[in-house]
Amino acid sequence: MRKTTGDKVFDLFNIAFMLLLLLIVLYPLYFIVIASFSNPDRINAGEVWIWVNDYTLKGYHEIFQHERIWTGYRNTIIYMVVGTLINVVITLTGAYPLSRSDFYGRKFFMLLIVFTMFFSGGLIPMYLLVKNLGMVNTIWAMILPQAVSAWNLIIARTFFQNSISNELREAAAIDGCSNLKFFLQIVIPLSKAITAVMVLFYGVTHWNSYFQALIYLRNEDLYPLQLVLRDILILSQSMSEMMADQDDYESLGETIKYGVIIMASVPMLVLYPFLQKYFVKGVMIGSLKG
Amino acid sequence: MCTLKAFQKKIGVNWQLYLLFLPTLAYFLIFQYGPLYGIQIAFKDFSAVRGITGSPWIGFEHFERFFGSYQFWTLLYNTIELSLYGLLVGFPVPIILALLLNQLGHERFKRFVQTVSYAPHFISTVVLVGMMFVFLSPNSGLLNQIIVAFGGDPVFFMARPEWFKTLFVFSTVWQSAGWGAIIYLAALASIDPGLHEAARIDGASKLQRIRHIDLPGIMPTIIILFILEIGKLMTVGFEKAYLMQNSLNIDSSEIIQTYVYKTGLLGAQFSFSTAVGLFDAVINFMILILFNRLSRRISETSLW
Repeated sequence: MRKTTGDKVFDLFNIAFMLLLLLIVLYPLYFIVIASFSNPDRINAGEVWIWVNDYTLKGYHEIFQHERIWTGYRNTIIYMVVGTLINVVITLTGAYPLSRSDFYGRKFFMLLIVFTMFFSGGLIPMYLLVKNLGMVNTIWAMILPQAVSAWNLIIARTFFQNSISNELREAAAIDGCSNLKFFLQIVIPLSKAITAVMVLFYGVTHWNSYFQALIYLRNEDLYPLQLVLRDILILSQSMSEMMADQDDYESLGETIKYGVIIMASVPMLVLYPFLQKYFVKGVMIGSLKG
Repeated sequence: MCTLKAFQKKIGVNWQLYLLFLPTLAYFLIFQYGPLYGIQIAFKDFSAVRGITGSPWIGFEHFERFFGSYQFWTLLYNTIELSLYGLLVGFPVPIILALLLNQLGHERFKRFVQTVSYAPHFISTVVLVGMMFVFLSPNSGLLNQIIVAFGGDPVFFMARPEWFKTLFVFSTVWQSAGWGAIIYLAALASIDPGLHEAARIDGASKLQRIRHIDLPGIMPTIIILFILEIGKLMTVGFEKAYLMQNSLNIDSSEIIQTYVYKTGLLGAQFSFSTAVGLFDAVINFMILILFNRLSRRISETSLW
């Protein structure tokens, strides 16, 4: 069928809009990359636009010598690995019973969980609880208060509901397969997709989170990368520009801030093209019966 | 006796399921309902020595102090303005984006745009705000260089109260519009292609089909997501607001969430800030219920 003039105009505008969108999303990211390899003086002079100007690795050189960044990196990786492991195990084991219609009390438990999505005790009672449990200034404060996300639990439950059929379970039950055995030997191997989605959702959350650390950690040796980044990118930045005495902050801040952004985002952005379909899958499952 | 037996039987058959569910239940009871129990200190004169249960009741004193404080109206206004502004701008963008993406004929171009559009979702808040500082810096920032190149005076955006909310809202759009579009694209994909076919034969233009087929088709999704957004109205992003906040833009950037953090954790006024937080949570919850009920009556779509 031939396109009408109106539709042609529409398509033209649509493509132009999409190209503009690509520019708006990609240019800031691109700029950070080229700026991180450029001489800061050239950036300040406004001479970095489309390509690296006066190539230098000085910024990266300083970053590699900055011990706090490495400590932050190490801490973040520890929190991410241990945290994600706990997250995924609890989410999958918790979501499976909730997906079973013969799990007595299911409605009540769901209500219990969903309610917390809309009403929570708030910052201070949470802090006091974590403090009373003796977890302040320990790795556990970074992991246990966020051990399960209600949202992810519901996504996993929806997945189980739609992909594990009742017939399969009944057949296994006739063969004398217990619930536990069924879950471990049949459900889990059939759930690689949802496991991948959960690992990624939780993993990214751990990598990017700074709030938990801000509240619960006082000891700088425990700081995750994001909190170190905050000191470098935001505190030094606003200080150097607002305070008269700026030499100290400026020399550090100006040269390394672009490189630091790259360092913090590289693992995510490199893996991203390969992993993005799993993220999308996660959102799709969630939207089925959200 | 009889009912007890029936009860035992129902659980007994599936006792292993309860075993699997135990860690989840323990988490929610301890880390979600534990703080809910702790909320009572909003009505108490809490001291760490006496503990939550042992501290004496004082009724609504903290609430009265908050309502009477000179900051109350500013905080309320900033919180509501920031979230309404965010909702007004941020909510329609993913819908429009999804509708337009859906019309792209070229499959690979469409996938490419989509993949790029949700990349910023994976950038952390700290890095996002860091990038804003970099791009908006008055002496070296890209935007100010453009302004100066056109003969204007540089603006220190991050320190100006009148810019705070706009920067907050539009940086959120930049970061999350692409991600937000996914769910609408999923809804669009489930619309019967026969409808489009029939409309095309009748000579409907693309715009007409968007308006009369696509939009009604994804309306239930839009409504559900709108209610969910409304349900977060009063709890907008502490994380970003706190990072973007500084002594110069504080008049516009101090919202209830940041105030709770400062008075509570930095100022150690545990009871008072719990009361402020509770006020926020209750208003928020009431708005959610109201909109859910309204939506059920008008559109027959609701969360519960």
